[in-house]
Amino acid sequence: MNITLDADKCCAAGQCVLIAPDVFDQRDEDGVVVLLDAAPPADQHDMVREAAAICPAAVIQVHE
Amino acid sequence: MSPRRIAVVGASAAGLAAAEALRRFGWTGTLTLVGDEPHPPYDRPPLSKQLLQGAWQPDKLHLRAADQLDTLALDLRLGTRATGLDTATRTLTLDDGEQLACDGVIVATGVAARTLPEAAGLGGVLTLRTLEDALALKERLSGTDRRLVVVGNGVLGCEAAAVARELGHQVTLVGREALPMARTVGPQIGELLAAEHQEHGVQLRTAAVDGFEADGDGPARHVTAVRLAGGTRLPADTVLVAIGSEPAVGWLRGDPGLDTTDGLRCDAYCAAAPGVYAAGDVARWQHPVHGRHLRVEHRMNATEQGMAAARNLLAELEETLPDDGDGALAPAAGRERRPFTPVPYFWSDQYGLKIQAYGVLNGADRSEATVLDPDARKAVALYGRDGQATGILAIGVPPRRTRGLRALIATPAPWEEAREGVRNALA
Repeated sequence: MNITLDADKCCAAGQCVLIAPDVFDQRDEDGVVVLLDAAPPADQHDMVREAAAICPAAVIQVHE
Repeated sequence: MSPRRIAVVGASAAGLAAAEALRRFGWTGTLTLVGDEPHPPYDRPPLSKQLLQGAWQPDKLHLRAADQLDTLALDLRLGTRATGLDTATRTLTLDDGEQLACDGVIVATGVAARTLPEAAGLGGVLTLRTLEDALALKERLSGTDRRLVVVGNGVLGCEAAAVARELGHQVTLVGREALPMARTVGPQIGELLAAEHQEHGVQLRTAAVDGFEADGDGPARHVTAVRLAGGTRLPADTVLVAIGSEPAVGWLRGDPGLDTTDGLRCDAYCAAAPGVYAAGDVARWQHPVHGRHLRVEHRMNATEQGMAAARNLLAELEETLPDDGDGALAPAAGRERRPFTPVPYFWSDQYGLKIQAYGVLNGADRSEATVLDPDARKAVALYGRDGQATGILAIGVPPRRTRGLRALIATPAPWEEAREGVRNALA
């Protein structure tokens, strides 16, 4: 799995961090998404797919 | 024998989320996605923000790239309207007369912008719901006419007013409530928003709209002013009517098994009838934690509920279809219906201010704001009902910090306990 972001569309909802905190974080100043791990281990994959699906700004792309 | 089919009606955020989740959770049968607009699924929140501003072009609003949609192997019917659903036979009728026999249906038809009867056929009076609406408003704001009246001071009206001011227009924001967004955010946050709009030069008016004045005849008839109850006349080149929306349930009214009062009524699983589920702005479902029916017109809910409806529909079909639907439903472990119990979330961007809220604010019988910095419009507010805290809002607070407040109301908590939690979090 490989993750890419379209971060300039991020609306700082932070739902990705709630779902997969080992993979996503938010910048302190404006809440924009930060990718902690672009190729997370298998035990994170379901959560990453969930985060990508739920993102309200379609920022997260998952390549498998 | 006809193929096994699930139809998702509505091709915006909720419908797309449902379609994707159906595939992700194992539906390999036919998947029909019906959308009345001609466009592939696109995002609506930017319509009143980045698109109107001119920061984004329309193609940036696409929720998925073409190749991502291709992987879903959809029977995609764009520019097509569903005109009826017979829940007894799960037969969907489309506006071209075609009838589709379905094993399951997910209703995600959203809402339509409400307007004023006097606006019919009157040039220069617009609503804002679709991409075409937003492009039409943007076009009007790019000309030499500079006077905009926004009727309705809810979230949409406030966002559009902010963008129009930033583009240099003379903007008057008219609401029946004295304070912007007050019905949702309460008086204290409403006061901060009023100050912010006024500081940016927006004129605020509290009144009902009595009607319009116009020049010209027939198709050339064009608005020249908005008349307020009480007699005030607001000269206008363009009027945006942003007075809320109506759930798009007219096409479902023929079915006696459905309750379409204020949206499509569903149970806690988002089911409206056997094999028929609903998601997004149109769905009024029983939230088990809040103990009442909610209909949530927020972008986040569209995605979350689309996924929940898909998961629950497949769990039902696993129980009811013979032999997993002739192979149309891939085996999966732990497939079960679950009540839909989200912590609702919404946000709004106005000027440089971000507003974020978790939980349920509507229907609150009390609210209490802690203003951290009135000039920076920085505040946190708690909302509650029947002695329980049910919602929390932050304005001008960094989002990462706001996210930490969510836990205080994720499950409704006694009011005093939640207040204490807010105090500690802000200390």
